[in-house]
Amino acid sequence: MNDSDLLKLFAGILGRLLFDDTIVLTRETVRTDVNGWDSFNYITFIAAVEQELKIRFRVADIESFETVGDIIDEAKRLSDA
Amino acid sequence: MMHLAGKPDDFQDQLRSVAGLPAEARLAELTRLAAYRLDLVDTMQLDRLLCETESGELPSVRVAILAPHTTQHLLPGIRVAGLRSGLAIETYINQYGQYRQEILDRTSQFHAFEPQVVLTTVGAAEVVAGLDITADAASSEDALARKLEEVRDLWRLVREGTGASIVQQTVLDSSEPVFGSFDRLVPAAPLRLLRRFNDLLAGSAAEAGVALLDLESACLRDGRDYWHDRQRWLQAKYEISPNAGPAYGELLAGIVAAQRGRSRKCLVLDLDNTLWGGVVGDDGVAGLALGQGDAAGEAFLAIQTYALQLRSRGIVLAICSKNDPRVAERAFAEHPEMLLDRQHIAVFKANWDDKSENIRAIADELNIGLDSLVFVDDNPAERQRVRASLPMVAVPELPDDPSEYVPTIARAGYFEALSFTSDDRARAEQYRNQGQRAALQASSQSLDGFLQSLDMRLAFGEPGAADLPRTAQLLGKTNQFNMTGLRPTQGQIEDLIAGGKVRVLVFRLADRFGDNGLVSALVLESGDDDGAGADILNWVMSCRVFGRQLEDEIMNIVVELANARNWPTISARFVPTDRNAVVGELYERLGFSKVSATSAETDASSWRLTTGDYQARHTHIDRGSRQ
Repeated sequence: MNDSDLLKLFAGILGRLLFDDTIVLTRETVRTDVNGWDSFNYITFIAAVEQELKIRFRVADIESFETVGDIIDEAKRLSDA
Repeated sequence: MMHLAGKPDDFQDQLRSVAGLPAEARLAELTRLAAYRLDLVDTMQLDRLLCETESGELPSVRVAILAPHTTQHLLPGIRVAGLRSGLAIETYINQYGQYRQEILDRTSQFHAFEPQVVLTTVGAAEVVAGLDITADAASSEDALARKLEEVRDLWRLVREGTGASIVQQTVLDSSEPVFGSFDRLVPAAPLRLLRRFNDLLAGSAAEAGVALLDLESACLRDGRDYWHDRQRWLQAKYEISPNAGPAYGELLAGIVAAQRGRSRKCLVLDLDNTLWGGVVGDDGVAGLALGQGDAAGEAFLAIQTYALQLRSRGIVLAICSKNDPRVAERAFAEHPEMLLDRQHIAVFKANWDDKSENIRAIADELNIGLDSLVFVDDNPAERQRVRASLPMVAVPELPDDPSEYVPTIARAGYFEALSFTSDDRARAEQYRNQGQRAALQASSQSLDGFLQSLDMRLAFGEPGAADLPRTAQLLGKTNQFNMTGLRPTQGQIEDLIAGGKVRVLVFRLADRFGDNGLVSALVLESGDDDGAGADILNWVMSCRVFGRQLEDEIMNIVVELANARNWPTISARFVPTDRNAVVGELYERLGFSKVSATSAETDASSWRLTTGDYQARHTHIDRGSRQ
């Protein structure tokens, strides 16, 4: 999956979680840019992404991701591994 | 969750369109969509719509979850699974780390919630805390006993503080091996401690009338790592993985539904390619795949074995198959490997009629609701048709491979039970007798002659200790002849009786075809003094003995008791539900007068009988000795 596939996948999951079809994500998006993307929804989001891509993030990485781009890079690294 | 059908491609669109529906249509549409197999995010979406929707006619249940770990993420799965079981589950969770304080503080949010069901849980860390792996057997056992006493104290506090029924969760073993297989032999190894503690917990729960949610067994079936994700535990103290949330909801809602009498009672089986491999009409009896020595044949034997196990625990078996009846019967009579015998089947429908009609007829003959049935058929078209025309019948989605049939049905939780009584053990026989009674009735000239020829004998009295589990079960499970819906647990019944103002009467009916067992219970409250009236708090009767004049004879007995005790009146209430219309006219027929206009909120009505005015009713039931 390339960046744009992953951006679309992430926006889809987040849109379903937050009931918001208008969510658009870019590599630069941070959590506070998205209304309702609190820590509870973040955990659910990570769990859903892991299930969808059949990957496992490292706990320390989950806590240190700053931008959506960070998540994409790590997801790509894990998918290729 | 494999028993639920996969969601359609446009599920998202269907879900989103719910928001635009008129209020009264929303719940029905959400119920329909909840019947699909939903993942975590689907479940959260559906739950969000559900929480914005009036629960209407759905019976509501307030469930409080007390846990030392995070449970907030489990609530959508619990509420959506409740919807699947026909219940509007309202939920409460304790403040993190505060559940003991909340129980003790009568002004807490927990008490304000007025829970009807309280789920109590213990974390693995709490059980192993303070025990070094070098501890010897005696000190390990002491530590577990102390921990167990804490849990029992919690039950007592909850019971005294709320009167709620309690569900205790077995401990999820999140430990890893320290030695390896040898852990099992080390008294204070975490695995050994947790196994032992769960066994002690189960024993105490049985003694205390507490139901179990057996998470340990779920982990053995599905794998611990399915239920527990250590990353989520580290991140936010989720004991249960969010992705397992929908399945967890099913476990808990299944128990709550069982407490509400919503467990299924009858397994309706197709024949061709469900009970045996092949089509008996085409392949002949000898051509069927069934029996040892052949993998497919053994898979079908496993299904028959499972059906027999269910029958032994009181689930009624029926057949519904498109077949020539003689050909179908011949397979039962002639195939040497058949485990199921024709006499195990309470109702046998093999014909070419529409299956929905046959399923209706099965429910009618057994006198149970359609929502008590599970229909198992390998043919997707038949499943679809029955789901569409009879949505209250549970129709598990079956995988292509018959070897997966048993786990799919068995894990669906359709037949969740809270007890196993001697009546359950005898039930299969009783339903077969029901068929023989029906045959006698058909040959009798008149109803009166039929009832007379049944040679009915009634034994009654207050329940002994051995009757209490069945009494609680009857009050808990009965939906049709259930006057007020009061469903006390065994512990609550004992408390009521001990309180001194309430007496419980139980009734056993036998006839020439056999003993029907304990089939009716009546909960009666009376004042201490002569001159005060009595009040029927609830009265339930098994549908197996409808139409036998038993309700008339019981009222004769209650009035005799009233006369002996100088109770001038007997009061009673009828609280209608979607299931108990059969007794809507009962009190009127027994000579009671309506005293209150129907209450607008609950549709409940109040009734009163002046005992001096009662005309004893003639029945064909002989009184045996008091129990």
